[in-house]
Amino acid sequence: MAKVEHKVKEPLIHIVKRSRITIWKAWLIRIAAVALALVVSGIVAYLVTSENPLRIYAVIIDGTFGTSRRFWGMLQNLAMLLCVSLGVTPAFRMRFWNIGAEGQVLIGGLACAACMILFGDKLPNAVLILVMIIASLAAGAIWAFIPAFFRANWNTNETLFTLMMNYIAIQLVSFFTYKWSVPKGSGQIGVINRTTHAGWLPVIAGKNHLLNIIIVLVLTLVLYVYLWYSRQGYEIAVVGESENTARYIGLSVKKVILRTMLISGAVCGLTGLLLVAGTDHTISRETAAGRGFTAIMVAWLAKFNPLVMLLTSFLIAFLEKGSTEISTTFGLNESFSDIITGIIIFFIIGSEFFIQYQLKFREKEEK
Amino acid sequence: MTKAQQGKVPALRLEGITKEFVGKVKANDNINLSVDHGQILSVLGENGSGKTTLMNIIAGIYFPDHGHIYIDGEEVVMRSPKDALRHNIGMIHQHFKLIDIFSATENIVLGLDEKGRLDMKQCVNRVKEIATQYGFEIDPEKKIYEMSVSEKQTVEIIKVLYRGADILILDEPTAVLTPQETEKLFNILRKMRDDGKAIIIITHKLHEVLSLSDRVTVLCKGRNVGTVTTAETNETELTEFMVGKKVMLNINRTMPRDPKPRLLVKNLSCKDVEGLEVLKDISFTVNSGEIFGIAGVAGSGQRELLEGIAGLQKCEGEVVYLDPKTGEAKDLQKKTPLQIQELGVRLSFVPEDRLGMGLVGNMSIVDNVMLRSYNKGKGIFLHRSAPTELADKIIKELEVVTPGKSTPVRRLSGGNVQKVLVGREIAASPTVLMTAYPVRGLDINASYTIYNLLNKQKEGGTAVVFVGEDLDVLLELCDRILVLCSGKVTGIVDARTTTKAELGRLMTQNTNDKDGASDGQG
Repeated sequence: MAKVEHKVKEPLIHIVKRSRITIWKAWLIRIAAVALALVVSGIVAYLVTSENPLRIYAVIIDGTFGTSRRFWGMLQNLAMLLCVSLGVTPAFRMRFWNIGAEGQVLIGGLACAACMILFGDKLPNAVLILVMIIASLAAGAIWAFIPAFFRANWNTNETLFTLMMNYIAIQLVSFFTYKWSVPKGSGQIGVINRTTHAGWLPVIAGKNHLLNIIIVLVLTLVLYVYLWYSRQGYEIAVVGESENTARYIGLSVKKVILRTMLISGAVCGLTGLLLVAGTDHTISRETAAGRGFTAIMVAWLAKFNPLVMLLTSFLIAFLEKGSTEISTTFGLNESFSDIITGIIIFFIIGSEFFIQYQLKFREKEEK
Repeated sequence: MTKAQQGKVPALRLEGITKEFVGKVKANDNINLSVDHGQILSVLGENGSGKTTLMNIIAGIYFPDHGHIYIDGEEVVMRSPKDALRHNIGMIHQHFKLIDIFSATENIVLGLDEKGRLDMKQCVNRVKEIATQYGFEIDPEKKIYEMSVSEKQTVEIIKVLYRGADILILDEPTAVLTPQETEKLFNILRKMRDDGKAIIIITHKLHEVLSLSDRVTVLCKGRNVGTVTTAETNETELTEFMVGKKVMLNINRTMPRDPKPRLLVKNLSCKDVEGLEVLKDISFTVNSGEIFGIAGVAGSGQRELLEGIAGLQKCEGEVVYLDPKTGEAKDLQKKTPLQIQELGVRLSFVPEDRLGMGLVGNMSIVDNVMLRSYNKGKGIFLHRSAPTELADKIIKELEVVTPGKSTPVRRLSGGNVQKVLVGREIAASPTVLMTAYPVRGLDINASYTIYNLLNKQKEGGTAVVFVGEDLDVLLELCDRILVLCSGKVTGIVDARTTTKAELGRLMTQNTNDKDGASDGQG
């Protein structure tokens, strides 16, 4: 029987899913992506500033490692970003798209600030801090529990729900900053307990943010162990991968969703506490500063592995510092630093495509 | 009327169509088929006989490895559904491809690349025109999510007619319809035939074939085993064509030793989300030490039945487990899988959907082996040492081909995935083992490994339930076979004395057909 003539050529490039890739090869692709990103951002920076690209890179590095103050500032940023990322991770491993971390952080911070303002001169400091911890964790957990409850019972869309909870949290913070503003009517709270330092987290070893950093590091390890080696962590993974399998082994999907979101929210609430009582000593609408969203990227880049998140949150924190430094040094406005960060992250995320897929070119037709 | 068409060129003719999937047997092997204008052709065949593959080739979704397609006598090459549409071929899939929040008309005109402004009013009128021409009942402005299944199907059919299709392919159109809706659809199809359209309908319901079509083409294991004129055939002949000749497999089978009732199912009924009854009044008993087969065409209620017993599906009726040690009767109905486990019932279940239900594709073999037992023992941490040993044991004893025990199971081939799943379920030393299509997609060697495992369980006194699709396997492996047809039991037969033709008849028995039903019980 004659073969059918294939009158049409097959496409030049095929996108083929890789069945497996060695770890070193995957990292090679990632490193290549970062290198390429630096080249492209160097070109862009050169076009805008006409400066030597090498000098621009030097400024980026200088932004973080230039002085000890800058370095500690970067570490503090890293710790806060990492903490929120840890918060969203249990939910994301369960494929529960919690984009309400921003609101959960804010509401945790608000609960903390409320305790500091209302009980600042009524409770001994140790008791006050204990009350603050409980209040922040609970506030964050409740904020995450509400959408989880609706999702578990009526299968509402958690993405929209958690997103909207953010706006409620922001408005609540607005309301209370006005109510508690100092001086009255200024709309700003200012530094809480400026003279008594009641409820401020203690400074250890003379370093302002060291306590925050240590707490987040410990939390990273705890979450890693929880997700990889505990039964509950295993249940989260099963529910995330396939609810059908969870049903099949008799696991209550509802219970796992609620429990996991309580944990997720509580960690975000803790971030609020660290920001208000351990860093800013005040609260405003900007306290979370978009970390709730950046955290999603940090967590995703790390494939929801808390240990890898140390690296990805460093990358983001480093880039932010560096590009801010470019803007000030070369007299550009802040948007420029966003452009540089954007280029680099674009390449890093893009590299994941080449790790998952490979391009196959059409082979020459056999004659 | 077929006489009148003779001498004309067929609307669609296939010649020597062959399609092979990587690593599998030929789905289509040298198939010839033709249909004329003004004719309805039924394509009949069991599951996996290659019907859907063939239709997908005609619709341009698959590209054949060999063979020619002629439309009105001219050879055509079809690379995409768009090409098929250009040749006026329209396919109505079994699963509808509609957008819920769009209206009927919006769905119908979606994807048409006509120049200029979209005039919805004109489109609606055109839809109404088509509807009146063939007698469809449709509200062009109604949204899809407000529609019943049969209305959605109407939209799909009008969609291809709107695009000017002359050759219509319907993939099991009646599977989702009530008898009344089916009759309506058939009337419409007859009208289309009289209008000169060529219609191909895929089905495995014999009475529909006989009442609707002009000619029947029967496929069996990817081959065209015969084409007959409907008027000159009958159910018996078609059944024999469909099930093919008996093939000897030489599967070991011992007589059940000391069978005692282990699992009693009484009057089990179940409805799906659409409210259609998928199980009707099912009653049977499974004994210890036997393999109890369940046969039936796909979607006859096999999945719901097993899931109903395993506590995954809400059903009405009774499911009772008789404890082999104490003889105590335990009610399993309205219990979750966890509650069943807590009752001390060792019920293992190998579901049809291996990677979607039985296993987690992205998890390693060890973590998958742990799925059923991760919660045993004390403490909040996982104990991976016992599952690791078990994984090693399964890999070694069942000869699982894998780079290692930490490899995600989705990277394994179908047979190896199944070995992991069956190995885990058997490791729980079940007293009842339910398996759904355990050898589907497996090669011969892997299939025999599974048969041997099941036989070993049977000899150990386990009550084994085996849902299968290959009648030869069912006949040689099982002790008794229950046949399901549209959610009803049409017979429970002794596998040692029954014939393939008998099974085929029970499987395709029209439940409305009173004579046939009483015949089956006799």
